[in-house]
Amino acid sequence: MADIELSNVKKSYGATDVIHGIDWHIADGEFVVIVGPSGCGKSTLLRMIAGLERITQGDIAIGGQVVNKLEPADRDIAMVFQNYALYPHMTVYKNMAYSLKIRGVGKQEIDRRVKQVAEILEIGDYLRRAPRQLSGGQRQRVAMGRAIVREPSVFLFDEPLSNLDAKLRVQMRLEIKRLQERLGITSVYVTHDQVEAMTLGHRLMVLNNGHVEQLGTPIDLYENPATQFVAGFIGSPSMNFLDATMGERGQSVNFAADASLGLSGDYSDHEGKTVTVGLRPEHLEIADPSQPHTSLNVQVVEHLGADTLVHGAFSQDALELTVRLKGVQSFSRNEVIPLSISPQNVHLFDKTTGQRL
Amino acid sequence: MLKRVHFGPSALPYLLVAPQIIITLIFFIWPASQALYQSLLIQDAFGLSTEFVWFENFKELFTDEHYFGAFKRTIIFSFSVAALSMGFALTLAAMADRVIKGATTYRTLLIWPYAVAPVLAGALWVFMLDPTLGIFTYMLGSFGYEWNHKLNGNEAMLLVIFASAWKQVAYNFLFFLAGMQAIPKSLIEAAAIDGAGPVRRFITIVFPLISPTTFFLLVLNVVYAFFETFGIVHTVTQGGPAKATEILVYKVFNDGFIGLDLGGSAAQSVILMLIVIVLTVVQFRYVERKVEYT
Repeated sequence: MADIELSNVKKSYGATDVIHGIDWHIADGEFVVIVGPSGCGKSTLLRMIAGLERITQGDIAIGGQVVNKLEPADRDIAMVFQNYALYPHMTVYKNMAYSLKIRGVGKQEIDRRVKQVAEILEIGDYLRRAPRQLSGGQRQRVAMGRAIVREPSVFLFDEPLSNLDAKLRVQMRLEIKRLQERLGITSVYVTHDQVEAMTLGHRLMVLNNGHVEQLGTPIDLYENPATQFVAGFIGSPSMNFLDATMGERGQSVNFAADASLGLSGDYSDHEGKTVTVGLRPEHLEIADPSQPHTSLNVQVVEHLGADTLVHGAFSQDALELTVRLKGVQSFSRNEVIPLSISPQNVHLFDKTTGQRL
Repeated sequence: MLKRVHFGPSALPYLLVAPQIIITLIFFIWPASQALYQSLLIQDAFGLSTEFVWFENFKELFTDEHYFGAFKRTIIFSFSVAALSMGFALTLAAMADRVIKGATTYRTLLIWPYAVAPVLAGALWVFMLDPTLGIFTYMLGSFGYEWNHKLNGNEAMLLVIFASAWKQVAYNFLFFLAGMQAIPKSLIEAAAIDGAGPVRRFITIVFPLISPTTFFLLVLNVVYAFFETFGIVHTVTQGGPAKATEILVYKVFNDGFIGLDLGGSAAQSVILMLIVIVLTVVQFRYVERKVEYT
């Protein structure tokens, strides 16, 4: 059990800065997710916590102790790797017992702990097998088992599910969440998959080019994205972004002569400014034609069963827009449908900085 | 039924393999068959009378204690060369694997000895350890040790072992390094997180994972020590003193071309041929096994 404190953590390779000063406190027992596109520095940050990468500047403390100079072995952490990194020449049992043996735990105690963890993960039948005889999902479990058996104070996960097929990924995701709740061990999880991030984390860090875009709970990030990047990254299908001009006294945004949306907040400072408007596909809905509305010219319809995705052109300037409607709905090509969105679901971003207005 | 592509009768395929076949016939099959034939003959030193004696030469060899002495010496020599050169190469490779800056320079320097011809490798060591002129002899002398491989058989053996092993280190190093670099980094990192230090990681993770390479090199080094060290022995000791460094290949030369016992010498080379065939089979049978890393 331990908390993790990052203070002004930086990493550079020569003259190239990859992590630009990160401050973060991860509470004891918390499950946090670092999410971002590939190359954003999320794995590097995790490896710095693990001690596999040197920290260029700043401090990392685990359980109140600064670990900058400590070897990975002395940080009381366990890590699950993307490719599982199981020792190919050892059986599952030996893979799990390896760290305990090194720590000088007695034979009987090793046996007890390995078997107990094997039972939790339902890999008891494979203990005598070599990793190459296991399927991807089983290897994944063994890798988790190897981490759990240590009873570390921190778990680190480096994209552990990305080598699994889609169905298994959903299943393992749930298992990881259950396991973490059961064990209550502080966990840091790195992924590029926003669904994994949203479902697993108590709190998320969205990382982009080594900068923290936003920190917060999944719902916080979804409802109040701090930047256009976060808004586009969280949610599927992604948020629609449209250029527009702020209307009179900042009470509406105008896309073109024929289309505008009303706003609920006070944006009077931004009158006449060009902004980026963000609209989530699931927040757009079919309007009552008698009420004020905008129109969508339907181009492509995708049926998902539970939902229907409608792609179309919005206004005369043919701005692309995706709408997610509940249930099965049918539209023909070039059909014009009336759309509306409630004003509090309209997100506004500065066109140049991408910051939320 | 499998569908196969059939080609009409044509001379082209035979023409294409002809150079290789001709070289094999002239330089391998013909001399080998000559050796086989010669091993069944006894000829006087002047080549005036030749007698076909069936396996007389072999019978004589197997009752000759000098031959068994040479056999034993060869085995000690071969395994010492293999152990020394592989041990040294493994240490160097383990260190080179950790080097990041200047890795290429380091590697290039380590590969150089391999380009040295056996005769020259022998000559280098002879100069360095010459009983009267050698720099190492001088250094050993200042520690109170008198080195003279021209008189001391054990020292002579040590010298040929060192010279032969030294030449082979570079080759072994390359293979070990390649083997180590094929091990995924994450395995080493996982072991580091599991609490294993560098030495322990090497013993419990790296070494078992490069065991196919190790086995391959063991066979290769034994073959090298058995057959390719003639030049070194010839320049360094000529098999002496008092046959202390007379290994099998050297005895073939000595008995045949110095002693002019062509039949006996041919019989010895036939036995060597059998050994190399066995070693090759072993190598092909077991070395092809691959290790999976995931």
